[in-house]
Amino acid sequence: MQWEIVIGLEVHAQLSTQSKIFSGASTAYGATPNSQACAVDLALPGVLPVLNKGAVERAIKLGVAVGGKINSPSIFARKNYFYPDLPKGYQISQFELPVVDGGSLKIQVGETEKIVNLTRAHLEEDAGKSLHKDFHGMSGIDLNRAGTPLLEIVSEPDMRSSAEAVAYAKKLHSLVRWIGICDGNMQEGSFRCDANVSVRHKGTEKLGTRCEIKNLNSFRFMEKAIEYEARRQIEIIEDGGSIRQETRLYDADKNETRTMRSKEEAHDYRYFPDPDLLPLEISDEWINNLKATLPELPEARRDRYVATFDLSSYDAETLTSSRELADYFEAVVKQLPTQAKLCANWVMGEVSGRLNKEGIEITACPINPTQLAALLSRINDSTISGKAAKDVFNSMWSGEHAGDADAIIAAKGLKQMSDSGELEKLVDEVLSANAQQVADYRGGKQKAFNSLVGQVMKASRGKANPAQVNAILKQKLA
Amino acid sequence: MTLSLNSVKRVAELAYIETNENEASAALTQLSGIFNLIEQMQEVDTTGVEPMSHAQDVSQRLRDDIVNESDQRELFQSIAPQVEEGLYLVPKVIE
Repeated sequence: MQWEIVIGLEVHAQLSTQSKIFSGASTAYGATPNSQACAVDLALPGVLPVLNKGAVERAIKLGVAVGGKINSPSIFARKNYFYPDLPKGYQISQFELPVVDGGSLKIQVGETEKIVNLTRAHLEEDAGKSLHKDFHGMSGIDLNRAGTPLLEIVSEPDMRSSAEAVAYAKKLHSLVRWIGICDGNMQEGSFRCDANVSVRHKGTEKLGTRCEIKNLNSFRFMEKAIEYEARRQIEIIEDGGSIRQETRLYDADKNETRTMRSKEEAHDYRYFPDPDLLPLEISDEWINNLKATLPELPEARRDRYVATFDLSSYDAETLTSSRELADYFEAVVKQLPTQAKLCANWVMGEVSGRLNKEGIEITACPINPTQLAALLSRINDSTISGKAAKDVFNSMWSGEHAGDADAIIAAKGLKQMSDSGELEKLVDEVLSANAQQVADYRGGKQKAFNSLVGQVMKASRGKANPAQVNAILKQKLA
Repeated sequence: MTLSLNSVKRVAELAYIETNENEASAALTQLSGIFNLIEQMQEVDTTGVEPMSHAQDVSQRLRDDIVNESDQRELFQSIAPQVEEGLYLVPKVIE
């Protein structure tokens, strides 16, 4: 019997507003404790929430970007529970009529595309923070985060593997940054994921009992946590047990999930419309104005790369994984319009690889698009080989000759041998020194040919043009 | 719909309201009265009437996204029972 994993994700994206969702206190990260918690955030008697237009705009932008329905009116509700980091005794959230209903995201896992449907996206306020430090038996509360605007984006249980869940989370992460509604900083908690995981026999319709895994603060942990959790559930069921619906926490050090609270003790939140907030009206005009401010969306850009640059959908997907990367690629290709594939390969290969290795963002790349284009144009006009280009790339990266490819090529003497007379001479030398391989090749061994090419390249100290070497060798051995 | 004493106790517990038997019974009587009223209201035919989400038929006013609150921590913490290192101290949080 084959098992199927069913995953739905809830993402809390912290909206990139200056001020809080219901007060004029700052949302800046890392401030002195409680220096950004005003009377409204502290729930002092008599205060009233006033909704931040910037937060609503960001929610609408997300809704438009995922093709969801924007509700008007949209209403706010109180979610009631008691916890010291929630001074009001309720969180202002949305229950019925969230700002966004539905919508979808297209994800790609390997070569397979898939649509993940969204259930909803609603606005809510964040809670404060309880510090783990012990204050002589007391807990310390910092309310700076209380009232920070969040957009909770809930997916349908449409994902069937940890890889799909990660692809979806990455896609959403890229999108919220792309449209500028969230900085996506996972370390600072600006993008928090919870996963609902259940298992069932493949082919069955009915969903299994799910467990919610909280606070997956990296994509790698998300993948491991989901895999662990699915294995745990399958083992329980195969041993004749049943799954208890509960909230579980992922422990990255032990790579396991453990019970946080079970459904029996789960809160009954007693949602009801917040009488302090009136229905939020969102006009079509407002939506259209916001739509006009949105940049070309990743999906559209991806399709354009496939159509105009003739790139594979995989390449186009990778290049549009962030707006900054896509912008960089476009700036390179703009200078080498006929060499989109070469540009794509270098941006995805050398550039991204090196950025990853050094843990820096594309915006901090030491080689700018113009400099990279200059290097690529030297490969394109056969001045240097691809191998030599990597050498030049490394020198450019460390800032040699102010990143000028031509100056580095000249200084290192990496210019390819274009003089065919000189190259023919080299080939002749190699052929006479390797009589055995020549005989092998003539005897039908293709391998011997490759070895000869290698010998010539070596003799030229990498400066020969491999295509040219091939041609000359073929001609001489014919 | 009839309300049970247990549901009253459950609601009180959720709301962190301590109740004794007498108070719970009194609340049961009062709440049942309210429920009866609701039952009567539910007999009214509301077909085609759009539910209101607020008693007033006006929409939410919005504020611009501007920081206009300054740090008043000292003032706020002057009335807090216990503070340390800028934090509000509360009985230990266990979860």
